[in-house]
Amino acid sequence: MAEIRTEDMVLNMGPQHPSTHGVLRLQLTLEGEIVIDVKPYIGYLHRCFEKHTEAMTYPQVIPYADRMDYVNAMSNELSYVIAVEKLMGIEVPERVEYIRVIMSELQRLASHLLAIGTYGNDAGAFTPFLYCMATRERVLELFEITCGARLLYNYFWVGGLSHDIPVNFQKKVKEFVEFFKPKVSELNNLLSFNKIFIERTANIGILPADYAINAGAAGPVLRGSGIKFDLRKNDPYSIYPKFDFDIPVGQGLKGTVGDNWDRYMVRIHEMEESIKIIEQAIDNIPEGDVQSQIPKRVKPPVGEVYARTETPKGELGYYIISDGSLNPYRVKARSPSFCNLSLIRALSKGYMIADVVMTLGSLDIVLGCIDR
Amino acid sequence: MDIKEIYNILKLAFEEGIGEPVTDKPVDPYMIIDAKNINAVCLFLRDEERLQFDYLNCLSGVDYDKDNLAVVYHLSSFALNHKLVLKTVVPKTDPNVPTVSDVWAAADWHEREAYDLIGVIFENHPDLRRILCPEDWEGHSLRKDYKVPEFYNGMKVPY
Repeated sequence: MAEIRTEDMVLNMGPQHPSTHGVLRLQLTLEGEIVIDVKPYIGYLHRCFEKHTEAMTYPQVIPYADRMDYVNAMSNELSYVIAVEKLMGIEVPERVEYIRVIMSELQRLASHLLAIGTYGNDAGAFTPFLYCMATRERVLELFEITCGARLLYNYFWVGGLSHDIPVNFQKKVKEFVEFFKPKVSELNNLLSFNKIFIERTANIGILPADYAINAGAAGPVLRGSGIKFDLRKNDPYSIYPKFDFDIPVGQGLKGTVGDNWDRYMVRIHEMEESIKIIEQAIDNIPEGDVQSQIPKRVKPPVGEVYARTETPKGELGYYIISDGSLNPYRVKARSPSFCNLSLIRALSKGYMIADVVMTLGSLDIVLGCIDR
Repeated sequence: MDIKEIYNILKLAFEEGIGEPVTDKPVDPYMIIDAKNINAVCLFLRDEERLQFDYLNCLSGVDYDKDNLAVVYHLSSFALNHKLVLKTVVPKTDPNVPTVSDVWAAADWHEREAYDLIGVIFENHPDLRRILCPEDWEGHSLRKDYKVPEFYNGMKVPY
């Protein structure tokens, strides 16, 4: 065989390709069907978020933060408003904290459902995708009755919320919780323990724990490698210490710890934990205002802050420098998808082309968050 | 461990180039490290038994003031659960900072972003290309004195 001349082939996957979950281009170098190198090209969705913020006042940034990770807007807002509040030393009312936690956890459900549904779709299982979308629709309805928007909310404001929850909100959420509970085992039967699905995902894209930390992996990608780390527990913010929930980690049940199936399964378990948090919070929302007394013009003192929260995709941090004026001097968003996508090269080398699709899906990236 | 103790440990290990912690401004205290030392300091922070900063949260390029650029490192430790902010300030005329991508792989893309948007040049970076803007884009858009070009490859730039 040695005398046969072979040549590596370079193949572009994307930027317009359904399995790249957005406008992402992966330049694959192939030896037959084996991937020997992956070079991701990003930036197709670059909207100059960070430059725009420098020309806006602090509250005006919130709708832009929505558009970072557009399927996960509540969590983006939460991270940003927590950063500004920390910089200004604002305490928000307890009622606000409760509503924020409930909204973030509902958002986590919506985001994970989308991640799981599209992941099944990547593997060729179209039915779970429809089930997930139908369930996710119920979450979006809850957001819609709250603030009128389905995806981009502008609901969390600096020092509070844009307005209170509607009167029947608690009842609706409880109905939803009851509706949602059997859905997890339904999904497990439909997808998680499906033999074909397991064979497509287990033992593929293995991410060792030490490399995960070194490369800045976050969220379910980090926990999939068996590291029990969740900012809601390890660096608590808002009122998360009040609630009782577990941090699911990858255990290598179907293959090796840190493979695609583990990352997928962490998301399934996290949905169960989110439901636990919502159940604990929904009956205990205290009465009161949803806006704390803050000056009309949001003007933080000279200083800087890095605030991080656990979004469904991982650690989202905002680094804000204030020069004491009405506009931020610099806002840098540390987006979880950005760090997670940078792992794709290490995770795909040596696997088949079809496995690249599965590995990419298991990272659960949103290009809006990566390109900003 | 708070920033004062970390400063004392660093002060013993390195003779110069470690700035006093700045703690009087809200909210996060920080230390300014000389650019030429940054790689060695980061390696020390990661490997020292008492510090173990194994995670790079965020690396940001900043247009610091009229004449200077800065790179800001947000570090944390999984093992010991503490945090640290480092800064290194370089003049705009010579914006060279040694890379830390050999210390934390996470720095690779963050440094490319800082190079792309701010124009910090990371020495010894394995693959220092633009990441968000097209490869033939001119200028560094997050500089305060940046002017949007009128044309890009013969196409009119809107806005």
